[in-house]
Amino acid sequence: MTQDRPPLLELTGVTKRYGATTALDGVDFDLRPGEVHALMGENGAGKSTLMKILSGNVARDAGRIAIDGDPVEISGPRDAAAHGIAIIHQELNTVPAMTVADNLALGREPRTRWGSLDRRAAVREAREKLEHIGADIDPSRELGSLSVGMQQMVEIARAVSENARVLVLDEPTAALSRGESLQLYRLVEEMRSRGVGLVYISHRMEEVWQLADRITVFRDGRLVGTRERADVVPDDIVRMMVGRDVGDLYGHPPRHPGEVLLSVDGLTDGELIGPVSFTVRAGEVVGMSGLIGAGRTETCRLIFGADSARGGTVQVRGRTIRARSPQAAVAAGIAMVPEDRKAQALFLIHSVEDNISVSSLRELSRWSVVRRGAVRAGAREQMRKLGIRESALQLPVAALSGGNQQKAVLGRWLMRDADVVILDEPTRGVDVGARREIYELVEQLAAAGKAVLVVSSDLPEVIGVSDRVLVMREGRIVAELDSTTTTEEAVMSHATGTASSPSGAQHV
Amino acid sequence: MSDQTVRGHAAPHPEAPPPLSPPEEERVVARRGVDLAKWWDRVGILVVLVALVVLMIVIAPNFASVSNLFNIARSISINAILAAGLTLVILTAGIDLSVGSILAVSGVVSVLAATGGWPAWLAILAGVAAGCLAGLANGLLTAYLGLAAFIVTLGTMTALRGLAYTMTDGQPIVSNTLSFRDIGNGYILGIPAPVIVMLLVYVVIWFVLERTRFGRQVYAVGGNAEAARLAGINVRRVITSVYVIAGACAGLAGIIFAARVVSAQPTAGTGYELDAIAAVVLGGTSLAGGRGRLYGTLIGSVILGVLSTGLILLNVQFFTQLLIKGGVIILAVAIDGLKQRPLRRQRTRATA
Repeated sequence: MTQDRPPLLELTGVTKRYGATTALDGVDFDLRPGEVHALMGENGAGKSTLMKILSGNVARDAGRIAIDGDPVEISGPRDAAAHGIAIIHQELNTVPAMTVADNLALGREPRTRWGSLDRRAAVREAREKLEHIGADIDPSRELGSLSVGMQQMVEIARAVSENARVLVLDEPTAALSRGESLQLYRLVEEMRSRGVGLVYISHRMEEVWQLADRITVFRDGRLVGTRERADVVPDDIVRMMVGRDVGDLYGHPPRHPGEVLLSVDGLTDGELIGPVSFTVRAGEVVGMSGLIGAGRTETCRLIFGADSARGGTVQVRGRTIRARSPQAAVAAGIAMVPEDRKAQALFLIHSVEDNISVSSLRELSRWSVVRRGAVRAGAREQMRKLGIRESALQLPVAALSGGNQQKAVLGRWLMRDADVVILDEPTRGVDVGARREIYELVEQLAAAGKAVLVVSSDLPEVIGVSDRVLVMREGRIVAELDSTTTTEEAVMSHATGTASSPSGAQHV
Repeated sequence: MSDQTVRGHAAPHPEAPPPLSPPEEERVVARRGVDLAKWWDRVGILVVLVALVVLMIVIAPNFASVSNLFNIARSISINAILAAGLTLVILTAGIDLSVGSILAVSGVVSVLAATGGWPAWLAILAGVAAGCLAGLANGLLTAYLGLAAFIVTLGTMTALRGLAYTMTDGQPIVSNTLSFRDIGNGYILGIPAPVIVMLLVYVVIWFVLERTRFGRQVYAVGGNAEAARLAGINVRRVITSVYVIAGACAGLAGIIFAARVVSAQPTAGTGYELDAIAAVVLGGTSLAGGRGRLYGTLIGSVILGVLSTGLILLNVQFFTQLLIKGGVIILAVAIDGLKQRPLRRQRTRATA
């Protein structure tokens, strides 16, 4: 890389304050053309603030931004686009009810001579844009019918068609299957070879190692350091991120499973899922792996009664749950932390206290009258145990970080003292530190004699945290592996149906 | 921050602050937004009421007389009782357009019961029961068939109005000897009886909403129905219940209305549902559900009542009154939208 040319993008001394707190403190950052520059750091470390400054959504308080060595002002998303900066957010910026072509044409719709929309031209242009990035997607399909990964491709195609020179990807693989991720990696390589500068924000060390040329670590609003990937090992980066040694992320003491607590037998929804049968014992952690669309979440929802089963039984401590509903499952001692915590678990506008106590109101009431002191004390106790600051008791839960929100959901079930705890992707969107804390909670649950079922797409996690791994494919359990002896490759080969390529993960 | 050190694993690096604190920026923005919202929730609507009353006292000299204040209280009681029940429905993110029609049916039922020789208390009970029944129908259709509350209650609004006409052959049934007429016209300890009923309704519903498990579940269902279901709440039962309560309130309001006019009027309560919704929204309850307070609804009702009475005292034309009332309602909703903006912005940020 030639150093005499000015970098594509250069930030010098960029600072952003919110009231008394400094979200970004004198950050120097640069991006070269044809480079993948990974940004790492825990949630709240300042990555997203930096991104918002680049996208023009937030004004910086100090510092300068230069493109090709020329200082620029970015005071709105339009400026960002004019300077060739495109940002692919975690939450996609597209219209699911419209076709792919319409989405790609959004704001620049081709017109016919008569001034009406030229649909044929839109579809043709869309096809060109998609081919340009090597995505095989039918432009006339409704966007919402595509998988998340494909939707993301569409968004990238849009950014690229606007001649983006700086492409910022914010945790692009968080919601992708392995096959989709591989496709994205290829796209990243392609962009790089064309001289686009990519800022790649990710929590996943593996992919950062595969893609990045340089890695910059943020902590507490400060840039800790920028390293050439070739000069460091992953542990160096982790140490930079947390400011200390993390040690073995998943290590757990030997467990001694007891009696069977959860017993699932022949459970099926009559269509795609099942029959599924397995057991989880007291003090045992069972992992559930599989590709996206393999039916893991659906199985959890059937067990919990969130969707109605067509056949099969669920027993807790040998007692069959008769009326199948979340209410009955909760009463029987099952807890579920769902995949999408914002949509399915949290009451975002309500306080942390309310969010934690909501499932224990019966125990916290006398003659249906809520004992408010008991609610408060109980919520405080959970917050203390979970390491959420107690001053947040009355704050809306939306004000917490992703990790703390997840802990609040966990606290809800800890308060109920449920026998069986189902965790569906418990560490998605959670930073390394909070992730470790969640593993420790899993460990505590097991130590307290609970039966824990952990669904995860993260292979090291699902193996590391569990005693056994159940692998699902096409709605069934296809393998049960011993976590102490199995490998990521073994799990993946079962998940994909042995040697076949992982691209079969597209169907959802 | 010191409370964070209680965690069970490796102690943080001595120089580094605890690395797991939530993002500072989110916290700060959130606090600012919440404070404004809280401030408005607590006092904003009261400020509006006080300002309005002061204005009225200045420009309408006889406004502040005791008899006029009692008149206002009496005239708002019916709308306030409707709005109290409706607050629960709106807190679950539902809506009930049928309360005006329920009011008519319940009035007809109690008057028919009373003129048929039933004792006053039983006639009253029959009217409330009719309201509950109508609410039950709304609730079951909404909760168990999953139909949109707006459409269900639009249907029952029309059907129940038809029922009221059918039961009375389209004519008012006047009964000058109506046994329960005092509930509309009497006084208890010098206070108009409808006002006493209204206050009782508010105390009971306030207690249910703020102090009972059911009340918390109402907020939870409105805040996020799917999360409530997955938290083990019987969402359908909660939704059904709030419509039953709204029906009961409408029934009670219908009895007071019938007692006031000493007759069963099939046209009673036409359009009242909109005044009641206005009072709830004016009181700061979000139509999106999960956010709002009952006392706000009471103040909202009072504001609307004071406004109407004041405009009448000022001899403002009826048509102009409607214009002004409409403007006030839109203004209130606009303020509500503004107050929620900081939180919403913060939320989208947290996800960006």
